[in-house]
Amino acid sequence: MKNGIRKRKAALSTLASLPLYLFTLVFVLGPLILMIALSFSTRDGWDYTSVFTLENYAEVFSGMYLKTFAESLELALISTILVVLIGYPFGLAAAMLPKKMSRFIYTMQVIPYWVNSLLRLYGWIIIFRANGLLDKLLMAVGLTSEPLKLLYTYPAVVVGMVYVLLPFMFTSVYQVAEKLDPTLIEASRDLGAGKIKAFLTVTLPLTRPGLATGIVLTFIPSMGLFFIASILGGNKVVLVGSLIEELLMKSHNKPGAAALASVLMLLTAAVCALLLRKPKHER
Amino acid sequence: MKKTNKLSAAYTILMTALTYLPIIVVVVYSFNGSRISSTWDGFSLKWYQSLLRDDAMLEGLFNSVILAFSSSLLAAFIATSAALTIKNARLPMKYAVSKMALLPLIIPEIVLGMVFLAFFELLSLPFGMLTLVIAHTAFCIPYIYTQVSSRLEGMSMVEIEAARDLGASPITAFFTVTLPLIMPAVLSGMFLSFAMSFDDVIISIFVTGVRVNTLPIIVYTQLKTGVSPKINALCAIMLAVTFLCYALAAAVRKFADKKLK
Repeated sequence: MKNGIRKRKAALSTLASLPLYLFTLVFVLGPLILMIALSFSTRDGWDYTSVFTLENYAEVFSGMYLKTFAESLELALISTILVVLIGYPFGLAAAMLPKKMSRFIYTMQVIPYWVNSLLRLYGWIIIFRANGLLDKLLMAVGLTSEPLKLLYTYPAVVVGMVYVLLPFMFTSVYQVAEKLDPTLIEASRDLGAGKIKAFLTVTLPLTRPGLATGIVLTFIPSMGLFFIASILGGNKVVLVGSLIEELLMKSHNKPGAAALASVLMLLTAAVCALLLRKPKHER
Repeated sequence: MKKTNKLSAAYTILMTALTYLPIIVVVVYSFNGSRISSTWDGFSLKWYQSLLRDDAMLEGLFNSVILAFSSSLLAAFIATSAALTIKNARLPMKYAVSKMALLPLIIPEIVLGMVFLAFFELLSLPFGMLTLVIAHTAFCIPYIYTQVSSRLEGMSMVEIEAARDLGASPITAFFTVTLPLIMPAVLSGMFLSFAMSFDDVIISIFVTGVRVNTLPIIVYTQLKTGVSPKINALCAIMLAVTFLCYALAAAVRKFADKKLK
């Protein structure tokens, strides 16, 4: 009798888990296997044939692609570092505020998630445009005598990246810091730790998971956000993302795009593994 | 208030102001009578009027809402039912597969978009709403699955056992105890999924095909080829609707709290 119930439970559970199981095998594993297979296939005009080749990877590691990869990585690192420097203290400070104000700041950061990020970026276009708001302001104050023409420059792209990615860092840090017990910091201060020491030995280790999640959520998309480079950087800033898009949509070079995507995925996976691994003493 | 507290308060306010700076600029210019953003030509509502007459944009908005709603709902069903039952399920490599379901969270969107494009082509699926929903469901599942399974981990089985001891059938126990307890996690995962799907440009561009346009794709195309001030009005409306929803949710919560007391 009991055995029968257990059997029925297992059957029911199997049935309920099946949608995720099948969906994942077909629509996550399937495409990834296809990508790896494609990256070793031979290009044949607009199409490809299943003849094994390493040529696509050789191409990825050749001059032009490698340069884009390096530039892309540089922009991703600059953006991620800025997001950490600005967003980590932001999340921490907001979590330490009195409850009501803290919730208010948090809600104000979450609301823009619902407004299309492209529309928000358009605000920066208006601000950075030649003779736009920033130029007018700077010239009115007398700081500059002629328009800076910041739009379609590298700094404009960096501002756009940081702007779009900052909320991810903020929310990850905030959610961890909010649960932090302030008496722990007080205790370390009472025991004679200086402000910096208290931060390094108490606050930072305890908020590390939030910081790590924030970095992962910032770094992973940062190499692929081609639309930011395209609308704020003109065609001057080319990202790996832009290259993949171009290879796929314009040159119809699927094997090339697949090889590039595989390398990009490997790189981001390595960074994630490095950041999300637990420190030795916690294992 | 201590000195450091004042400093952190000032910093958070400055950052919040910076977050809203470009949004406010867009909202202000949505009332600009002039077509060009560098000149101010008096207050006008004409961009709102012409937005309401722009069928392509309204259709994009409609498509985006349908897409975000159906993918987050589908993902909620798939992820929640599996998170609840995977422990007792009899499937080969079930834990490996359930971990794999989270992969779209850590794969760059550009890579996902490209692999979906190639895969859907291979299966010769018709590009459009179907492919959009599949791709969006794939990246919505991780948000909901992680929320629900961490909620389940933190939940004690006491309540469920109590219900069973009191004679509730497993199905009654599920609907009266388990489901209400995990519902906040399901809903917060769904909200996040909805927002992510509603805002997605990169994956959508690859899998949408030529017939169906979502709102972010329309906006992206405009930003590349030439902007109409209508998109300022659109931004203002989206912001207003969001604020309204949050205010409504807060009011409902306040009302519920009062009733509980």
